[in-house]
Amino acid sequence: MNFDFTEEQVMLRDSVARYVQDDYDWETRVAIANSEEGMDRARWQTFAELGWLSIPFAEEHGGFGGNAVDVMVVMEELGKGLVLEPYLATVLLYGGLLQKGGSAELQAAQIPSIIDGSSLGAFAYLERQGRYELADVKTSATASDDGFVLNGEKVVVLNGANADQFIVSARTSGEQSDEQGISLFLVPADAAGLERIDYRMMDGQRVANVVLKNVKVPAGNLVGELNAGYSLIDQVVMEANLALSAEALGIMQQLNAKTVEYTRTREQFGVAISSFQALQHRMVDTFISYEQAKSLLYRAVCALTDDQEDEAQAIHALRVLLDKAGKHIFGEAIQLHGGMGITDELDIGHYAKRLMMINTTFGNGDYHQAQFNALRYN
Amino acid sequence: MDTAFAPEDIAFREEVIEFFDSAYDDELDARLNNPDPAIFQPAIVEWQKRLNERGWIAPGWPKEYGGTGWDDTKAFIYESERASRGIRDVIPFGLKMVGPVIYTFGTDEQKERFLPPILSSDEWWCQGYSEPGAGSDLASLKTRAVREGDEYVVTGAKIWTSYAQFADWIFCLVRTSTEGKKQAGISFLLIDMKSPGIKINPIVSIDAHHSLNEVEFNDVRVPVANRIGEENQGWTYAKALLAHERTAIAGVADSKRGLELIKGFAREEVNAGKRLIDDPLFQKRLSDIEIDLMALEFTELRVLASVAAGGAPGAESSLLKIRGTEMQQAVQELMMDVAAHYQGVLPGGPDPEVLGHGFGTKAFKSYMYGRASTIYGGSNEVQKNIIAKAVLGL
Repeated sequence: MNFDFTEEQVMLRDSVARYVQDDYDWETRVAIANSEEGMDRARWQTFAELGWLSIPFAEEHGGFGGNAVDVMVVMEELGKGLVLEPYLATVLLYGGLLQKGGSAELQAAQIPSIIDGSSLGAFAYLERQGRYELADVKTSATASDDGFVLNGEKVVVLNGANADQFIVSARTSGEQSDEQGISLFLVPADAAGLERIDYRMMDGQRVANVVLKNVKVPAGNLVGELNAGYSLIDQVVMEANLALSAEALGIMQQLNAKTVEYTRTREQFGVAISSFQALQHRMVDTFISYEQAKSLLYRAVCALTDDQEDEAQAIHALRVLLDKAGKHIFGEAIQLHGGMGITDELDIGHYAKRLMMINTTFGNGDYHQAQFNALRYN
Repeated sequence: MDTAFAPEDIAFREEVIEFFDSAYDDELDARLNNPDPAIFQPAIVEWQKRLNERGWIAPGWPKEYGGTGWDDTKAFIYESERASRGIRDVIPFGLKMVGPVIYTFGTDEQKERFLPPILSSDEWWCQGYSEPGAGSDLASLKTRAVREGDEYVVTGAKIWTSYAQFADWIFCLVRTSTEGKKQAGISFLLIDMKSPGIKINPIVSIDAHHSLNEVEFNDVRVPVANRIGEENQGWTYAKALLAHERTAIAGVADSKRGLELIKGFAREEVNAGKRLIDDPLFQKRLSDIEIDLMALEFTELRVLASVAAGGAPGAESSLLKIRGTEMQQAVQELMMDVAAHYQGVLPGGPDPEVLGHGFGTKAFKSYMYGRASTIYGGSNEVQKNIIAKAVLGL
């Protein structure tokens, strides 16, 4: 039993950490968030050169062949800097679906362009009525002579505003909420009949609603088996949950560190406020929340890589705890920063907003707790 | 990062299961859990002797002193198997507290004299730390030991002494100097409970049980040879012990066992026409606890792994103590709610059929006495002070 990273993982972590610290300072981050695209394509190119975009992909496509621990290491450090570039959307979701389900032709055609940074992707899975149910899909794909015709609307598509390619979930058979009968299709952003409504989220993300009106895709753009897209989604989202959780852990680490530091310098009543026991104990409580979240992240990662316990249960448990720990930690961070904590100027609020967005991506705490309970007690 | 068990670990688990299957049975379990001290005390000694014969009485001790030499994975497996069967842990005072102090800081004579009867459970130990005026502020203790030739004369009182009524020996922190910082004048003494001048006053606790005591020392003569290490250095030795004690207090495996019991009952118990386990509110309470416990289990493994890699348990042990005891209380509270009307039944009362023998009484006792866990071993508030200082640098 060990909780150590390999030498390669330590190098990877240090590489991302150094970049975030030296080249992604707060002013840079604010400037990127306020820019037209809400991301910096030149930096994305740098990520490609540093090899970060290749991590989860197989070596035959020029990838690094990394596992969930490698992804965790990267995401935790990206979280610390609130990095805006669409690593989750492009590499882990869009890329993950291709890596796990794409045909040899699709993989050969698309994966190298993800790794070299020339193509940005997005996974359009969510619909207005679906809330957190991944199987609730009304968007339809009807077989035609040489492929499929897609109709419907996808909402809050992560990186939707900047994606060159989408993978869209659509119903090819079954009822609205059936797991069976969902298929996935690669759709270029400039396909005829595809319309985007771009907007911004509170954490700086550029997302889009994607309206599909008689969008034609060739049969070769089917990702995974016909009607069996759900299990592919489930698998990729499962791992994305781990990645998001690692990002959240990095954010929580920063919030705690910044809060401790602030209370040591902030003076009231003639002394540093860190000398007050009431505040010390609150910071100890957030430290414990952080350590517990970290433990469950490690547990879930080990469940995925060691096959020792039910990985779905471990991941649902992780997301339940992260929801609570995140709210606890950013709540205290804002409170202990006093009035400054509620300004836009200070980074604390931005860390809080990102944590809140993470908590709604692929299900909030209540959703995951219901899933956990069903798996464990029914 | 890797938590998979190696084939040798899986083989070891089989060995542990085989041992528990053959050495532990319902009849022994009933005696160990009998509220009558005339029954449970000898049963504890009997069980500990079986463990000693198997060589597994002191997993944490180095091999040369009679320990098992297990790594942290094996220790974890053993502990999980023990707790999952509801087998009570060994009495900690000799095996987990004073034993390690003696083999770490004691003289060869002390090791030879005291370690074998700890391993064989022929001598029962109790702990003399807290005093009527010194609880969480342990270093303010006032029990005096005045040197007279080859002896100390000890005067004062210790309190919250668990099972002093069974003890042959007590390990005590006593004041040998009032110079300098209060931590600097403390010595660590081993005192024979049969010494003239010792008086035990029982304290009945909130669970209507007598395990706690006050121990008075009136001019008790203790050979200087029974002092551990240097005079006035006792605080250093005690501190090393406290971190281990806090880690042990976390009791993650036992809380898991408690949850399994609760789940078992909740599958049988019917509430308003459906099984309690199917009630969404109950499920939420259950998983709130279970998820926190899943996290704490890995926190404990992380601490153990870092200790195994050469670190001593430091402030992390305070984290384990805080969350571990909070979790214990949460489990106990849920157990009370499962017991419903039967939660207040005192020993000898009727049993709720479905819940099994003495469930209500057990729930009541563990819930009420469980209030102590956030107080003893240094209150959880003191643990937070430790983390604030040692980890957060506040």
